[in-house]
Amino acid sequence: MCCLTQSIKITTDIDSLRSEIRDNSIRVIDVRREGDYKQDHIPNSVNLPLATLLSDDSPERVLKLVNSMGIDDETPVVVYDDTFGALASRVAWTLEWIGHSDVTLLETTYSNWKSLGLENDSKIPEISNKEHSLNLQSDILATSDYLESAKTRDDVILIDNRERLNYLEQHIPGAVSLPYRTLASNDKILRSKEDMVRLFDNRGISGDSEIITYCGSVGTLSGLAYYALKSAGLSNAKLYVRSFKEWKNLQKPTVMQEDAHYWDLSAE
Amino acid sequence: MTISKLTQSSVDSVNPKINWARVEEADNFANTVKLYRQGKYDENSFRRFRLQHGAYGTRMTSDYAMVRVKLPAGEIYPKQFEKLSQLSEQYSIGSAHFSTRENIQLHWVVLEDVSEIFRSLAEVGLTSREACGNSVRNVMCSPLSGVCCDEKFDSTPYALATAKFFLRNPMAQSLPRKFKFNFTCCEKHGMVRMVDVGLVPEIQQIDGSEQKGFKIFLGGGLGNKSFVGHQLEDFTPEDDLLYTSIAVVRIFDRLGDRKNLARNRMRYLVNDMGWEKFQNLVLKERAIVRATQSVVTRLKVDTTTDKIKRPLKISDESGNSTPDGYARWLKTNTVKQKQSEYHSVFITLEAGDITSNQLAALAELIREFSSEGKARTGFVQNVALRYVHEDDLIPLYSKLLQSGLSKSGALTMTTTVGCSGTTSCNLALTNSHRLAKEIQRKFLELKLDEDDDLTDSSIKISGCPNSCAQHGIATIGFFGGGGRVGKDMYPNYQMSLGGRYDGDTMLGQTCLRVPAKRVIPVILKIIELFKENKKSEDTLKSWINRIIHDSEDSDIKSINDIKKILEPLVAPPTKDDDPDFYLDYGSDTSYHTKTGKGECAA
Ligand code: HEM
Ligand code: SF4
Repeated sequence: MCCLTQSIKITTDIDSLRSEIRDNSIRVIDVRREGDYKQDHIPNSVNLPLATLLSDDSPERVLKLVNSMGIDDETPVVVYDDTFGALASRVAWTLEWIGHSDVTLLETTYSNWKSLGLENDSKIPEISNKEHSLNLQSDILATSDYLESAKTRDDVILIDNRERLNYLEQHIPGAVSLPYRTLASNDKILRSKEDMVRLFDNRGISGDSEIITYCGSVGTLSGLAYYALKSAGLSNAKLYVRSFKEWKNLQKPTVMQEDAHYWDLSAE
Repeated sequence: MTISKLTQSSVDSVNPKINWARVEEADNFANTVKLYRQGKYDENSFRRFRLQHGAYGTRMTSDYAMVRVKLPAGEIYPKQFEKLSQLSEQYSIGSAHFSTRENIQLHWVVLEDVSEIFRSLAEVGLTSREACGNSVRNVMCSPLSGVCCDEKFDSTPYALATAKFFLRNPMAQSLPRKFKFNFTCCEKHGMVRMVDVGLVPEIQQIDGSEQKGFKIFLGGGLGNKSFVGHQLEDFTPEDDLLYTSIAVVRIFDRLGDRKNLARNRMRYLVNDMGWEKFQNLVLKERAIVRATQSVVTRLKVDTTTDKIKRPLKISDESGNSTPDGYARWLKTNTVKQKQSEYHSVFITLEAGDITSNQLAALAELIREFSSEGKARTGFVQNVALRYVHEDDLIPLYSKLLQSGLSKSGALTMTTTVGCSGTTSCNLALTNSHRLAKEIQRKFLELKLDEDDDLTDSSIKISGCPNSCAQHGIATIGFFGGGGRVGKDMYPNYQMSLGGRYDGDTMLGQTCLRVPAKRVIPVILKIIELFKENKKSEDTLKSWINRIIHDSEDSDIKSINDIKKILEPLVAPPTKDDDPDFYLDYGSDTSYHTKTGKGECAA
């Protein structure tokens, strides 16, 4: 842990990333699909498609992947995607989970990076393996068992980051709805700290509580929310990484908003 | 400036002329919600406060609100579309809803997020203030004002000035009940006799010079009990417009019924007092207002004309072939403007619903195709792009196809209006919203939008007797209720025929009750009867009109004759024979009526 500011830095802004790339002082991870990555990417970035990570996200496997990307305990890492930061968040969270402390999200998406006319190429960098230690941060992960018991506590807030209609139709009892889109601003994956603090404050989501986030299936949208909370200074957060899909498969209780036909208001 | 601050400027965007917002209202709302949640604000005062700021309650819950964003005179600009697109994704259900009164609504918003919406709306000059509650509601104007071939002059600037005058005006913060102004282009296109104050632009020769003014109708309105408005006087010169408006609002404020919530719209006052007495009172009050206020109070009418500038086209698409469906769409969705070479293009939506992506697409299409650089919302849960050059119609249609906005039938009977019903309204008895969508789909499938005999008719469906969908003025109107066979309930609608909202505005006549799942067959049967009995020049509307006025000489002479023919269609089957009959649209559990606390009078 190098300093306090480091621990609350959640995103890396475009200008800093550009100079860090020039200095080659950083590892950039592109989590898009391999085909997209091969076409073009931010110079010197390595590719870790989310699906590759998810095919086996045990600590040992993750460690291997991290080593192969040339990341050791000291390497600053920046992650980006093209899906409003959600996939990048899931990867960043996983790095944090195995004990990597210096990982941030690019403040914007790759599409926006390109539409600003910023540098990109199709070169695949040569990477030599590094050795990362394993120092599992279990306190940022929520399992279904943990969630089930934590839910009964007054000082725990559970946040559902799926879209509103999905939430209304079915959610974990006691969860509040905060669709992932709410977390972004115009061209940033996360709104400014001031805006984020106000949003959570209005909702009564405060630092006095432990906060658990979940979404539909693999902890991407809720991964973004995990970082949104941290960006607002709410660092007592956990990700229910297996999310609603697992909860339903385990046939745990769910509730719905009754007596209203909200789906018929949708124009989809 | 760092590079990350740069954004690409898109095609020329016309900016809103008027800022309706006050950003401090967002903070105030957020704080009040907190106090309310802490129990420091009682239920009733909070409700009044919430409604005054444009947030309605939602069906069966106090956790959510509906935010009704006002679009005065129906005007909406590209940046506002983009903002609403974003807000619908962030805080609502990924769709937004165009209402029948030129508002755009966001449903199922978490009450604690409403202030965030206010803050964002303020960035683009919009407000929801006084969109609900006992205030002057959104001031409407015909979507064709300024382009209509029959109008005397464009009343849009007067509608905007009136909206500006009353918004946040202390005079209109706690009226006995809501109060509505509708401006129009001509009587045919407006909704001027079904509203508290309806205004039609007129020109009179006075002492050899042309004088602008209005024909003003007072005391109309729809609801549990509906009335048609009365004309105040032959001609009201424009200088008297504001004085007349103030006089009417003052009288209503003073004499309107504040106790009996069910009878407190101005139309009841007019009805109880008698028109002549009310008329005299208005004229007297106006004289007082004129004498005491003339120096300070003036309506700030901005009559500088908008710039009409055809956007530059980057690519020339004139060589492209005409896409399928274009002719049908051209016929049923566009109107020629009085400005030669220009058309107004109406977008077909389903009961006013539009996705976040489509809102964003419209912003782009306005920039690309509308020579006035903005759009107008209409009276039937829709929106129109105006000043589209005739050479741009095919390229515009192609773009609409890509966004799923190219359905035909916008200006025909196909555009069925449905209030929110059980999708979100506390008072609803049926899913009127979905039924409206189902009818429209059926009409398009049968290509009934292309039938010239049906274009000037309308279908409107309310989910309870409160008339939010304006069913009383529809050619075929419905309002929801529950029917019963023994212990089993089914969704049912009262049907009325022959309502109209043109120059000869009148309310439809009650015909019979139609179960929800029989509404479509019944409508199709009525059309069939019409086809069998019509005279060559008839439209459905004129045929029904003759029946209502007892002047039809074919076999069907009265609403009762129609009723007799339809009766076999509406007989309930047993639950075993047809379980679906007992379910409402959009529902797979057994039907029961369930309502919460209504807020229409709050
Ligand atoms: C007794 C209660 C109510 C009455 C009498 C009533 C009456 C009306 C009427 C007559 C209209 C037609 C607009 C016009 O004047 O041209 C209207 C519009 C509307 N009402 Fe209601 N209403 C009531 C309660 C509600 C409630 C509880 C909701 C649901 C939140 C609601 C939602 C709407 C909507 C969405 C519109 C569309 C027009 C707009 O933008 O203002 N109404 N209402
Ligand atoms: S007509 Fe009835 S159901 Fe429909 S919106 Fe109005 S109050 Fe609700």
